[in-house]
Amino acid sequence: MPTKIPMLLELSNATKIYQQRNGRTKQAVVALQDFNLKIAHQPAKIIAIAGESGSGKTTLANLILGFVQPTSGQVIYQGVQVSKISKKDQGVAEETEDISIANSKQMRDYRRNVQAIFQDPFGVYNPFYRIQHVFDLVIKNFGLSDNSDQARQLVESTLNAVGLRGHDVLRKYPHQLSGGQRQRIMMARAYLVRPKLIVADEPVSMIDASLRASILDVMLRLKEEAGISFLYITHDLSTAYQIGDQIYILYQGSVAEKGKVTKVIERPHHPYVKLLVDSVPLPDPAIRWKGEIDLPAEEEMRGSATSGCRFYPRCPVRIDRCLENQPDLYDVSDDHQAACYQI
Amino acid sequence: MNTKVSQPSPTTNLLEVKDLRVYYETPGGDILAVDSIDFELKEGETLGLVGESGCGKSTAAMGILQLVQPPGRIVSGEVRLQGKDLLTLSEGKMRQLRWSKLALIPQGAMNSLNPTMRIYRQIQDVILTHQTTGSDKLSADQIKNRILELLRMVGLPERIYQMYPHELSGGMKQRVCIAMAIALNPSLIIADESTSALDVVVQRVVAQTILRVKQMLGVSMIIIGHDMGLMAQIVDRIAVMYAGKIVEIAAVRDIFNNPSHPYTQLLIESIPSLKEQKPLKVTEGLTHDPRHPPPGCIFQLRCPIVTDQCRSIAPKAHLIRVEQSVACHAYENTDVARTV
Repeated sequence: MPTKIPMLLELSNATKIYQQRNGRTKQAVVALQDFNLKIAHQPAKIIAIAGESGSGKTTLANLILGFVQPTSGQVIYQGVQVSKISKKDQGVAEETEDISIANSKQMRDYRRNVQAIFQDPFGVYNPFYRIQHVFDLVIKNFGLSDNSDQARQLVESTLNAVGLRGHDVLRKYPHQLSGGQRQRIMMARAYLVRPKLIVADEPVSMIDASLRASILDVMLRLKEEAGISFLYITHDLSTAYQIGDQIYILYQGSVAEKGKVTKVIERPHHPYVKLLVDSVPLPDPAIRWKGEIDLPAEEEMRGSATSGCRFYPRCPVRIDRCLENQPDLYDVSDDHQAACYQI
Repeated sequence: MNTKVSQPSPTTNLLEVKDLRVYYETPGGDILAVDSIDFELKEGETLGLVGESGCGKSTAAMGILQLVQPPGRIVSGEVRLQGKDLLTLSEGKMRQLRWSKLALIPQGAMNSLNPTMRIYRQIQDVILTHQTTGSDKLSADQIKNRILELLRMVGLPERIYQMYPHELSGGMKQRVCIAMAIALNPSLIIADESTSALDVVVQRVVAQTILRVKQMLGVSMIIIGHDMGLMAQIVDRIAVMYAGKIVEIAAVRDIFNNPSHPYTQLLIESIPSLKEQKPLKVTEGLTHDPRHPPPGCIFQLRCPIVTDQCRSIAPKAHLIRVEQSVACHAYENTDVARTV
């Protein structure tokens, strides 16, 4: 048996529970529950994470980027644990003695290799600095070059990879660039350190429709040519379908359905995912939505958070069993699973 | 609602916009946010106004409603509602028309509700403010019934009546705003990006509500947005804006089946499909400085079929088939009728 090569990134039963104060009582809000994900070193993949707002997409990004710590479960980077378990749940942490906790060198390595791109290409810039500054900081922080000539070449080649030229953008201020250009510069900034994984949280939702393709195209090319994997977090199923390899569809913190993107979108099995796919407006005036749908009351939707299937209150095919336990992910076919008893 | 949106051909125009120009003053010169747009809206028709952010679609709506705030100003134009030019009315007269004739569902409508007022108070305000004469005063009971009726029309349960905005989800708040917009039976509703911040399922519910309200009341609508998929579902005609101008205006099926302006073509091609995985269509997206539009066509910097003529002469609107008008030199000799 060959020695086991650790995964690039692994999430094992990652759970995040926020305590919400509601008057005098405290209420637990499960933002993400028992999330499992494995990203291998090779081949590079684009993994789409989709779901409505409040489904836990951004909590997942924050866990992977280390901005928040899991309540239980682990985030494991190249075989070492980069998440600290909150003190209350030390008991859980002890169960996993075979995984060592990252030291500071490993943490730095993780920070470098897991980069992020955020939704708002306007808010991430300091308006007082020229674009050049964005790159200077990264080069200085990670000691990427010995001299300014080398640094200039590095920045130029990185900008070229995202379809920009240094002399067009480096001397400019953020407000002089379009949203699409700014987002591509953020891609270049992430790519500058040649990371292994980029977490892109809604990178195109604030970009004009006619320019979205240029951002998505950069992601595809960085995957193909530079071997960088992406975690593409989005609420837009159609772009996820266009560029994703795998997809995870979240509903209220749990995975409703996951698998190969073509299988999940073309043949959804979970009732929520069916509803979601059906609701995407088709850009064809000849094909209208089939039938009317309605939403249940807000409190019913948020109900049954602790036991049973999260989708029960809205589900058209629910049975009593769904209230007892949350369904596991069942195999629909190879590389396609859905969390529903009716499969 | 399985029925197709009926497309009768009413001949009367509810709204006529002519040569509307709205500019924003900046130290570096005026930004031509809306630069001479013309269009008509028929009784009972829904027009989609699409284009990228910054193309002037919201400003155009504000121009129609005369809600342009400084540094913006209406430079010229006519906005005729049932024949009456709104731009010549006094602010007081205009105030009376808003809500009662012209209603706006603003951008981010869900954040436009007052967080400290119960839902019924907010709707009641709209009704009370516009009771100008003593004779048509409604009793408290009548008002309550009217509010409950409005909530039913937009598919909300009665208990919403007593609730505060924070107790409602985004889609429900959006529907409260629709209820407010239809409270006084306006003849025109302008909805500015009313579903863009919502999830697809909720967006579908809100869009269905808009369709239902339209069928019930026969109200005309202008729906502003950039989601072409959604537009295909809910509008009758589409006007495509680019950099302050309408570059193409046509029936929704012609926009999708026969997009004619290069920008419209780009817009249609860039819609990601859920049916088949296709290669991405990448285009360079540099728009000119809105203070100094180049001479000639405004789309010349991004146009794949630009010619020398485009760099010097601004194209006129060519009517290439019945009700499809395209502002592009490429259609110079294809007019079905005269140049409009």
